Amino acid sequence: MANFAIIAVKRIINAAVLILAVVILNFLLIHIAPGDIVDTIAGEMGGITPEIIAEIRAEYGLDKPLYEQLALYVLKILQGDLGHSFFYDIPVATLIWDALPQTLLLVITALSLALVIGTIFGVIAARRPNSAFSHFITVLALVGFSAPVFWTGLMFLIAFASFIPVFPPAGMATPGLEPGSMDYYLDVLHHMVLPVVTLALIYLAFYSRLSRASMLDVLGSDYVRTARAKGLSERVVVYKHALRNALIPIVTIAGLQFAQILSGAVLVEAVFTWPGLGTLALEAILRRDGPTILGILFFSAAVVVVFNLLTDLTYNLIDPRVRLGSKE
Amino acid sequence: MGVIDNSQNQVASASFEAEIEISDIEHPLREAARMFVRNKAAVAGLILLLGILVLTLVMPFFYTIDPFDLVWAPLSPPGTENAPFGTDYLGRDILAGIVHGGGATLAVGASAAFLAVIIGLSVGSLAGYYGGWVDEVLMRITEFFQVLPTLLFAMVIVALFKPSVATVAIAIGVVSWTAVARLARSEFLRIRSLDYIKAARSISSSDRRIIWFVILPNAMPSLVVQATLAVGGAILFEAGLSFLGLADPNVMSWGFMIGSSRDYLMDAWWTVTIPGIFIFLTVLAVSLIGDGLNDATNPKLRER
Amino acid sequence: MADPLLEIEGLRVEFDTRDGVATVIDGLDISLHSGEILGIVGESGCGKTMTALSIMRLVPVPPGRIAKGTIRLQGEDLLQASEKRMREVRGNAISMIFQEPMTSLNPVFSVGDQIVETILLHEGCSKREAWRRAVEMLDAVGIAVPEVRAHEYPHQMSGGMRQRVMIAMALACEPRLLIADEPTTALDVTVQAQIFDLLKDLQEKTGAAIVLITHDMGAILEMAQRVVVMYAGRKVEEGPVDEILTNPRHPYTSGLIGCVPHLNADLSGERLPLTEIPGVVPPLTKLGQGCPFAPRCVKALEKCRLEMPPQSVVGEGHRVSCWLIENDGSGYE
Repeated sequence: MANFAIIAVKRIINAAVLILAVVILNFLLIHIAPGDIVDTIAGEMGGITPEIIAEIRAEYGLDKPLYEQLALYVLKILQGDLGHSFFYDIPVATLIWDALPQTLLLVITALSLALVIGTIFGVIAARRPNSAFSHFITVLALVGFSAPVFWTGLMFLIAFASFIPVFPPAGMATPGLEPGSMDYYLDVLHHMVLPVVTLALIYLAFYSRLSRASMLDVLGSDYVRTARAKGLSERVVVYKHALRNALIPIVTIAGLQFAQILSGAVLVEAVFTWPGLGTLALEAILRRDGPTILGILFFSAAVVVVFNLLTDLTYNLIDPRVRLGSKE
Repeated sequence: MGVIDNSQNQVASASFEAEIEISDIEHPLREAARMFVRNKAAVAGLILLLGILVLTLVMPFFYTIDPFDLVWAPLSPPGTENAPFGTDYLGRDILAGIVHGGGATLAVGASAAFLAVIIGLSVGSLAGYYGGWVDEVLMRITEFFQVLPTLLFAMVIVALFKPSVATVAIAIGVVSWTAVARLARSEFLRIRSLDYIKAARSISSSDRRIIWFVILPNAMPSLVVQATLAVGGAILFEAGLSFLGLADPNVMSWGFMIGSSRDYLMDAWWTVTIPGIFIFLTVLAVSLIGDGLNDATNPKLRER
Repeated sequence: MADPLLEIEGLRVEFDTRDGVATVIDGLDISLHSGEILGIVGESGCGKTMTALSIMRLVPVPPGRIAKGTIRLQGEDLLQASEKRMREVRGNAISMIFQEPMTSLNPVFSVGDQIVETILLHEGCSKREAWRRAVEMLDAVGIAVPEVRAHEYPHQMSGGMRQRVMIAMALACEPRLLIADEPTTALDVTVQAQIFDLLKDLQEKTGAAIVLITHDMGAILEMAQRVVVMYAGRKVEEGPVDEILTNPRHPYTSGLIGCVPHLNADLSGERLPLTEIPGVVPPLTKLGQGCPFAPRCVKALEKCRLEMPPQSVVGEGHRVSCWLIENDGSGYE
């Protein structure tokens, strides 16, 4: 267990350094941006005098030396203050907090579906190499990668919200329903179907192929041969001996893909007008709402770092070779 | 004595022929090319890509309608005279958009991928070859770029600097090089420890020579495959950025077409479906070629 | 003599390859009695492992297939048995240990769990009882502090220890036959000797028969009582080890023995020159009707290339397939 603790501490420190680096990047971006806060505010206000500009600068601490500003910035972030939105005039952190659950709902549902179905598909395909099903997986992976995710979403909309209007075309919920009521939840579920399916499809394509490759690799290993030689049934060999080993790379890679996952979510939210972080980010960019954009950038990077850390630690925990140290 | 008389086993090759078959030795490039050509899917991809290249690079000289011109009534369906693929909500010719817009998509895709490969290769090869603290530092940098959500970061870059074809290409390149870096590093690590590198070193080849003339050619197959993947990814990325309205609005691209017509999809499905099909076909072609190259150069790794 | 424990008759195994059908085993006859230690020796690719897999019916069925023959375990033809019956036999009546102890155990389960699994599968006793027996087996194979080590994972053990675990697992259900496929090839020389001693010891205690598959003539000398020499999927000679060693009748067997100089070295005498068998094993898709060794045989006759020689008896339990031997035991020398 001591082995694990050492690894854990090292990784956590690493993660903290990464987050700090992101913060610094954010800070740099604020200052690289052509035109700064003052110009924007001045633009809004109209009728400026140099004194007012100096006042604003002082208020925002822009008259202090750069490194001091950086230190202040870091402190603010540590306190959870991600800045103040130009457009909405409320703290960025609040905006993010409000939008986050919707995005999580979408992403977690899609990811879970894709992982479970993808793993199953992969196992089936690995047990029957060269079968029609295995070819189907190859085709699925190819199509899943080649079709732009936003286009797939739009196709689904056309098919199931226009030609055959089964699902609502936009948004998360129909207005007028009491939040918290059963009707509300069902309504959200109804709205969720198309975006989740679109998102899940992309992940599914990737995970089925990954799962198949991992399973094939494991099924060819020596310990599987030993298991068969012991007289175990094929089902036990595949689902007990092989799968547990095959899952390790699948889960690991799944965890590390989180950065891509967020990107997909942005596009899907845009297509389905889903009120989540992605929509928030897009609007912020179009409105040149600097603090919000950077706040979201920092937040999502931090989430990725934390998520990677968790995946890493989990992997170290479940693989006994790593947990206990190897004699090799 | 129990000693076996070994004289009967002395090599007596003079009096008989050992039937040894030496199969024809083929140059690895020829072998790869042959395997590629055998792969029907890969060849199909190649043909498809050629078709698209003709469409986007040659056709603009023949089909000269400006994609921004209003040619007919808005939202006319495909098959309308004057607009074989129909028109969008402003009355712009969709076919013109396809023909003239493809160039931007492909140009950005190719240059972004090129940038990503250059950066990734440099970082990865140096890290893999020198190891030690060079590796540590470079890997930390790579990790940093990896945690930044790619689309968001690219969006920020494009928003910061005026959106143009160049900005978009650079933004995509800057955001996508980490995958290439990882691959280059692992390839260099792998090849570096092979025996023929030790041999090269023992005759005091300089590091530069070894990297350029020995390791790089051996890493080529995997790198080329990764590069084609990067092109596909960059095209999708560009399409995404254009769709969101973040690319140069004065340049027609397929993603832009989809994005600008997004609100009309219910009534005019062709305005979003057709450009998307072309994006799909292009990326599909590139992926098939990439898969084919992968099979041709790494036959043992391919699992069906 | 008592009825044989295992009788292989006319076994023929084929594989579909890109270049055609490869016959990896042809016309194989082997008999094994209870408690016997039989060695199967030959170069890589001569079919020895495939023989083992055929007995266990673990030959991968696409691309391979068992085309002809019978394999009788105490009278029961295993090739006709149902898959369910084979699963009863594997790990139970017949067990197998493999060449690579480093990778032959599942890394995510403890060694104890893996032994217990076999016991529970075949003996149907309680988990507690199974654990007790597993620990007993680990003890029997010479692992110190077995009750503690049973909870360890394979990667925490050395190669030699893992092989002991494999042996413990194989013998847990008291099989009548243990097939050992190159059990020591991947181990250090000192550990090799230990494993052989262990196997001999256990064989005496349990009375199991052992089939030892190896390319190492030295190992045969060490362990086996009888030996079968295989080449390109065919049996070329068989007999008691001492007899084969001092009086090999097949040119290939002589060649094999000649490749191990120390077998016959007179320590005080001159060093004998190293011999080699020129040429390589032919591709198994291109074997003709004749003796497969003919192209490399210094003594080959015209007849050898045209027709496969039948088995001739040349001594007590000593058989050879070679045209150089006439049926009455004499032959060209």
